Amino acid sequence: MAAHLSYGRVNLNILREAARKELREFLDKCAGSKAIVWDEYLTGPFGLIAQYSLLKEHEVEKMFTLKGGRLPAADVKNIIFFVRPRLELMDIIAENVFSEDKMHSPRDFHILFVPRRSMLCEQRLKEQGVLGSFTNIDEYILDLIPYDGDLLSMESESAFRECYLENDQTSLYHTAKGLMTLQALYGTIPQIYGKGECARHVANMMLRMKREFAGSQNQILPVFDTLLLLDRNVDLLTPLATQLTYEGLIDEIYGITNGYVKLPPEKFAQKKQGETGKDLPTEPKKLQLNSAEELYAEIRDKNFNAVGAALSKKAKIISAAFEERHNAKTVGEIKQFVSQLPHMQAARSSLANHTSIAELIKDITSLLYYNKTSCNSLVSASEAFFDNLTVEQEFMTGVDTDKVNTYIEDCIAQKDPLIKILRLVCMQSVCNNGLKQKVLDYYKREILQTYGYEHMLTLNNLEKTGLLKPQTSSRNNYPTIRKTLKLWMEDANEQNPNDISYVYSGYAPLSIRLTQVLARPGWRSIEEVLKMLPGPHFEERQQLPAGLHKKRQQGENRTTLVFFLGGVTYAEIAALRFLSQMEDSGMEYIIATTKLINGTSWIKSLMDRPESQSP
Amino acid sequence: VHCHTADQYTLKTELYEMCWNLRDGLRDCLVAAAPYGGPIALLREPHRRSPSSRPQLEIYSASGNSLASFPWKSGPVVQLGWTVNDELLCIQEDGTVLIYDLFGSFKRHFSMGQEVVQSQVLEAKVFHSPYGTGVAIVTGSSRFTLATNIDDLKLRRLPEVPGLQGAPSCWAVLTQDRQTKVLLANGADLFILDNTSCTAVSPPGLSPQVSSIVHMSVSFSYKYLALFTDTGHLWTGSAHLQDKLSEVDTKIRNPPKQMVWCRRPKSQQPSVVLMWDRLLLVAGVCNDIIQFPVEEQCVCVGELDGVRVVSSSRQELLQEVPLVCQEIFKIASMAPGALLLEAHREYEKCSQKADEYLREIKEQSMLGEAVRQCVEAAGHEYDIQTQKTLLRAASFGKCFLTDFSPDSFVATCRELRVLNAVREAGVGLPLTHSQFKQMTVQVLIDRLVYRQFYPLAIEICRYLKTPDYQGVSRVLKHWASCKVQQKDLSDEAIARAVCLKVGDSAGVSYSHIAAKAYECGRTELAIKLLDYEARSGEQVPLLLKMKRSQLALSKAVESGDTDLVYTVVTYLKNEMNRGDFFMTLRNQPVALSLYRQFCKLQEQDTLKDLYNQDDDHQELANYYVTASYREKVHSKYCTVYYTATEDEMRLLRFQRKLDDEKGAGLLGLSLQATMEALLALGLHKQAEQLYRDFRVPDKRYWWLKLKSLAEKEEWEELEKFSKSKKSPIGYLPFVEVCMKRHNKHEAKKYVSKVPPEQKVKAHLAVGDLEGAADAAIERRSEAEMGRCLLVAPPPTGC
Repeated sequence: MAAHLSYGRVNLNILREAARKELREFLDKCAGSKAIVWDEYLTGPFGLIAQYSLLKEHEVEKMFTLKGGRLPAADVKNIIFFVRPRLELMDIIAENVFSEDKMHSPRDFHILFVPRRSMLCEQRLKEQGVLGSFTNIDEYILDLIPYDGDLLSMESESAFRECYLENDQTSLYHTAKGLMTLQALYGTIPQIYGKGECARHVANMMLRMKREFAGSQNQILPVFDTLLLLDRNVDLLTPLATQLTYEGLIDEIYGITNGYVKLPPEKFAQKKQGETGKDLPTEPKKLQLNSAEELYAEIRDKNFNAVGAALSKKAKIISAAFEERHNAKTVGEIKQFVSQLPHMQAARSSLANHTSIAELIKDITSLLYYNKTSCNSLVSASEAFFDNLTVEQEFMTGVDTDKVNTYIEDCIAQKDPLIKILRLVCMQSVCNNGLKQKVLDYYKREILQTYGYEHMLTLNNLEKTGLLKPQTSSRNNYPTIRKTLKLWMEDANEQNPNDISYVYSGYAPLSIRLTQVLARPGWRSIEEVLKMLPGPHFEERQQLPAGLHKKRQQGENRTTLVFFLGGVTYAEIAALRFLSQMEDSGMEYIIATTKLINGTSWIKSLMDRPESQSP
Repeated sequence: VHCHTADQYTLKTELYEMCWNLRDGLRDCLVAAAPYGGPIALLREPHRRSPSSRPQLEIYSASGNSLASFPWKSGPVVQLGWTVNDELLCIQEDGTVLIYDLFGSFKRHFSMGQEVVQSQVLEAKVFHSPYGTGVAIVTGSSRFTLATNIDDLKLRRLPEVPGLQGAPSCWAVLTQDRQTKVLLANGADLFILDNTSCTAVSPPGLSPQVSSIVHMSVSFSYKYLALFTDTGHLWTGSAHLQDKLSEVDTKIRNPPKQMVWCRRPKSQQPSVVLMWDRLLLVAGVCNDIIQFPVEEQCVCVGELDGVRVVSSSRQELLQEVPLVCQEIFKIASMAPGALLLEAHREYEKCSQKADEYLREIKEQSMLGEAVRQCVEAAGHEYDIQTQKTLLRAASFGKCFLTDFSPDSFVATCRELRVLNAVREAGVGLPLTHSQFKQMTVQVLIDRLVYRQFYPLAIEICRYLKTPDYQGVSRVLKHWASCKVQQKDLSDEAIARAVCLKVGDSAGVSYSHIAAKAYECGRTELAIKLLDYEARSGEQVPLLLKMKRSQLALSKAVESGDTDLVYTVVTYLKNEMNRGDFFMTLRNQPVALSLYRQFCKLQEQDTLKDLYNQDDDHQELANYYVTASYREKVHSKYCTVYYTATEDEMRLLRFQRKLDDEKGAGLLGLSLQATMEALLALGLHKQAEQLYRDFRVPDKRYWWLKLKSLAEKEEWEELEKFSKSKKSPIGYLPFVEVCMKRHNKHEAKKYVSKVPPEQKVKAHLAVGDLEGAADAAIERRSEAEMGRCLLVAPPPTGC
């Protein structure tokens, strides 16, 4: 079921199994039939650990979403609340419990805090007078969730906001704890590198925690050679740029949440002869996207411009495979053909799905698309995409970043989505190491006048996180950074890439360049640039017990765990996978992050809407 | 001394010449000696009551080293006993139980029940079970009360025994089927008392002439029971009273002073040791009796695998000889181990007989067995020379074996080394190998630690390679806890000493040590020690307890555990006045931000105060913005966004006015949306006014108006507008906007106005491929030409 987790260099299924075991143990602690009341936020992440079938095996009969008032009726012995440790949720739980108590129901109540129990919450339950009603109060330590064969995510949406805006380091604490769990399963990571304030903080906590548990020395041969902790605010630019890999574009356009994407259904209509156009499905099509799907694993990280070719090649292979049946003469041959059939059919339906997705994306992105009947609207949609991209690339190459940009002006005038505007303005600010006060004020005014005064809070937030800032020093150091780290590659090869810059068709993500340079020739070669980027950079070593030092075989790759604090984009992941596959890199990368993000979801997490805060 | 009876050997080993110097021997004493070579407590003349001459309580190690001695000033003591943690229990007549440590310092006390104060304790017993150490008493009103585990005190008053007056003739505590029960005899009647009932029982095969059972004893494992009757018979059987093992006539009518089981685990020949004033008698199951005369008063201590007999001058161990030792040392034994021992002896004499013996063993392919026997026997031996001889023989034998695992040999060597070290009179833990195995290294370390043999304990841990957190760390922790209680040393000196020894040994909790220091009233020392604690989280609760809240806060912050920070913050909030509280937070930015988050969600008003105090105008402004949106009232505090806010208020006034006049429903819209709405309503003048008043950039206004006009398809107005002045946004938008409304005709009007560089795009937009191509050729732009080609339909229609 989760086999794709174990194919990679590091078997992440171990982590998933550990998490499942713990869940089963907790469920068995509450004997008898049960209903789970979910903090809605948790259902997505939990889906990556356990399906409903597992819960069902352990007598979970009903599932509800946590909300105020009375609990829905259910004929079960146990009610289990699966919640994050948040005060507001405690109040809802108290309300639920009270209404049950009034009915004198003989049920047992339990709470499972995810990812950690909190004294503060228990105190709140106590104040509400319901703490005593709970038979079990437990914690389910779910920090790093295996997302794919080489990818771990904490699925913590607000991590960036909390760390860089609100100065709330809870998620960093969970990160450190998660890394400790990881080390307990995969061995102590001997080398830790990092860049950024948060990275420093996490590393400090890890070292501290290691000292605390020093008594029980880890006797597992280390799987990871290096851990690299990177603050998102070291590289604010990358997520703002539009991702141009297949997976990245799916995420940019439709948004991937917890490994699933919802797509407009039209293209997926089952075309049967005789009933054209009838009964078009209206429900969005939901697809799971991970490396369990062979084809997807193959094309996800390609530049979108190379996807078409890959798909048609695949189509040829599949139809050739189906043609084989004509060659099957003997019973044995036919039998063999039939035995492969399910696999082939799966491949065919996967191909059909991705062809549809690719078409959807193409409609939006490609200038090379022309269809007489609907030419106008489509041309303008792709035109917008193209223009947007052009401006992004201008900024990234440092063209006119110090002036008010006409395209942005036009977009505001046409009242394009605010997030798009903010992405561009922030990008300009980042690429110019801050905007001139006059330019900044102009943009702000434009935005406030067009989108409303309430967005002042959002602008304020962007300024606090450094995404938007007035230029303080007269020197713009972005060009130096760009040149030293070769962030812009003129001749990016999208079809047969030879450099990571293919993921943004020219722009090589800063974060990944840092990772690449760290592997070879080392950060010492870029001291100057590192000093220009925010936060300290550091290196720590963790002593291994004697006998656990790896004896490396000639030509054996080293493994680095790269942890992005505050989120990572699919394009960055693609770039790291590309580096892993490069023959001479000698390094394989496993990626971990607080959350998978794109520019839109990221900016959204920083927005403040006054209305939504009102009780 | 090996004593021979019909078919068993009983071994009497001298353990120690006692180091103590008891003037009056053990006469007139309450004595308690703990099993597993535990300490011995004596209370001399316990019945002396006068304040001028109090009884003396003395504590000794098993070898007789004095550990403590002090006059007993509390009430009369009925019974002494030891807990599994080497604590001394003194059970008083009034039911109070006082607990002392090995060195005689008082630890705590508890009571066996209020009613006991009246009825008084007649007799008491201390017993051990899997649940810990328990106490059982029988009171003057003939009622039994039990506490199964004194560390988790739950008193159980057992049901009344019918017909019992005063104390029973004898009784014992049993642990059976996970229940603790009392077995008692009243005359010839036997009863079992459990939580709920009192059941009469009768031992199978007990001769009917018996008129009273005068003594009883339960074996170490609670499996066997021995009863001594007034007829001088010793009945033995299972403790379940299902089977009888034997009945022996001792021919002695008066009851023994002590009666203790002597058997080793898995032994087939259990025996009972009975002791009278001048006689020690070992009665086996096979109706054999061995007698040992005794010169002085003794005390028998039942052990797992034998009985220790302590007298004022010496201590001996009575044991059934282990089978393997019997086999090796039996005269003329032909057991493989015996032959190997002989072979080795000859080998050392350089005699060729060694070879003969070896051959003999090898011919029977028993060499492995021989080695095993020697190793096992060595383990049982108390004499170091014999141990060596046996181990050397084993080692010799091993040389002739190819695939014999050395593990048991190595383990035995190590364990014997440890055992010999702790058996030393100076340490005084006379443990047998079986006892050591049963009690485990951890417990042995604990025992050494209780006796403050720290260096020895650490050496043993290192020697046995015990993992640190079970071994060295535990010792150090205990040492440090003890160290902080030394009153004659300064805080500084102690802290330094502790730090020096403990360093950052894994698993030593400084907070634990600090808590100990705090318990002893040394707060300063506690704080100093807490500084060494690696786990900041651990420091916090104690710091709060010691009212060092500021420090607690910074430690919580250090730990990174935000929940902990919240906990401290909540605590501080309740403890301090508001001003101090805010000041404290101000010095801890992390805590402050967390508290702000908390307030944002829970206490909006506090938030305002916080910002006010910090003079944080920016946040204060945000606060008011948020608040004003919540309450739909705008206020004027927002100094930071002064212009923006001024503008917003102006806009609001304008909107309100227009809403009143025209019912336009504008309130709350953005400026852009307001103008849009005005244009849509045809209120061009008002829109114009806003455009000027708010200095809206031309471009944006043109876009707005352009879109609005196209939306309403007011093409004439649009054309007029296009000519009003030179468009700041160019004319391509005009083309596009018209096309959006599918008006090609209007769109074409503007194509000509588009500057050359956008011409191709414009032509393409209206679908004029030819025009586009012409424009591209004119511009000689290959890229644009390519674009035309791409858009062109394939030559053969599709």
